[in-house]
Amino acid sequence: MSEPYLVFREVVAGYSAPVVGPVSFAVGPGEVVALCGPNGSGKSTLLGALTGASRVFSGRIDRRDGVTVSLQRQLPARPEGIPLSGRELLRLTGADRENPPEPLAPLLPLRIDRLSGGQFQFLEVWACLGSGADLVILDEPTNNMAPGTIRTLESLLKARTPERAVLLISHERAFVEAVSDRVVELAP
Amino acid sequence: MKWPLVFDPLFHVPFLNGLLLAATVPLLGAYVRLRDEWLASLGIAQATAAGGVVGMLLGLHPIGGALGAATLAAGVKGFYRRSGNDVFVLFLLFGWAAALLGAANSAQGEEVSHALLDGQLYFTGPFHLLAAALLAAVVALLLPRLSRRLLIERFFPDYFAAMGAKAWRLNLAFDLLVAFAVGVTAQSAGVMAAFALVFLPPWATFAGASGWRRALLRTEGLAVAAYVVAFAAAILLNQPFGPVLVASLLLFSLPRAFSSRAD
Repeated sequence: MSEPYLVFREVVAGYSAPVVGPVSFAVGPGEVVALCGPNGSGKSTLLGALTGASRVFSGRIDRRDGVTVSLQRQLPARPEGIPLSGRELLRLTGADRENPPEPLAPLLPLRIDRLSGGQFQFLEVWACLGSGADLVILDEPTNNMAPGTIRTLESLLKARTPERAVLLISHERAFVEAVSDRVVELAP
Repeated sequence: MKWPLVFDPLFHVPFLNGLLLAATVPLLGAYVRLRDEWLASLGIAQATAAGGVVGMLLGLHPIGGALGAATLAAGVKGFYRRSGNDVFVLFLLFGWAAALLGAANSAQGEEVSHALLDGQLYFTGPFHLLAAALLAAVVALLLPRLSRRLLIERFFPDYFAAMGAKAWRLNLAFDLLVAFAVGVTAQSAGVMAAFALVFLPPWATFAGASGWRRALLRTEGLAVAAYVVAFAAAILLNQPFGPVLVASLLLFSLPRAFSSRAD
């Protein structure tokens, strides 16, 4: 088995005090690993340990050298009044703009601040998933999405690519079980 | 009307100087607006104005003083990374006080202070033109490289952190670029005109543009058109350039901003 892209070893993370952990898991090429738990179980706090948004109290996070990462936030940034089209957003991450998933094609010429919450969410998810990054991190990707769009996302995640790893954070158990190779349970 | 005056060779250097600034500064203004830091440009404009006056008192060329203040302001802004606009208000107040106190204590300083208020583009010379040309060249070279990263930082705020990279170099490079641009423009066209060039064109065009590239083109077009009209109007009506440029930018911007919002 090839070396994992990302390894969490007994990580305890939080802000002024620990919120979650100790948690251990690894994500490697071709895998979809999910962090699952109810709201308040510390899923996003654990993710914040990777970006510096939260503090690691103990344990270790190892990232393989040279691994490229693309991260979709739970609350994506969509500054009001900034004229960026869907196509331009995808160009920023290098995601495929010529053959995007079907629901996205008609949205690409539109300004992202004029899309609905669900449309924008799927655009953001595709901007990360289609970016060609080695490790794609999706934080609650199904938020605001219509059932049909969630099904499209399911099929995108089920279509494994040998080099791409996905770390999925979600409280939607059915969705997680449908698309993941492994599930790491977090208790509140 | 004194139309021949507009084409007098005496005004060729000032015209070119202002044209370069009008074509360059609003592009940076678009990225300043992207970062929601438009108040920074007013604070930095005032700080560089103070730098010009203090530079004069120290026997330097005002542009030298302004660029020194611009570097300092960009450094302080980078160091003081805190959300909100308080640091920019401090620049504004400190710069205003320092410029007026410097002016009150020197005859030359008073002259520079007046120029910064009125924006005496018509009295700018080859040194100002050289500074504007250098600025335009640096912006043409750097902005295409910075653009994608600045957009990524705004729309994917965790991108650099997730990659294990630091964004401070990007932020410092952009802050320095804006500070220099505002400093050079304030010395040629006045403090408020510099701020107006940063703020008004993107404010007017963003609402109606369908994408980023189009917004940049419209921003540039509006600023250059407003500048050409202001240049001629200030000569023909014998008015100080700075306020005329601000008025012209407002005239061009207001209808576009409000008609776009009605779309």
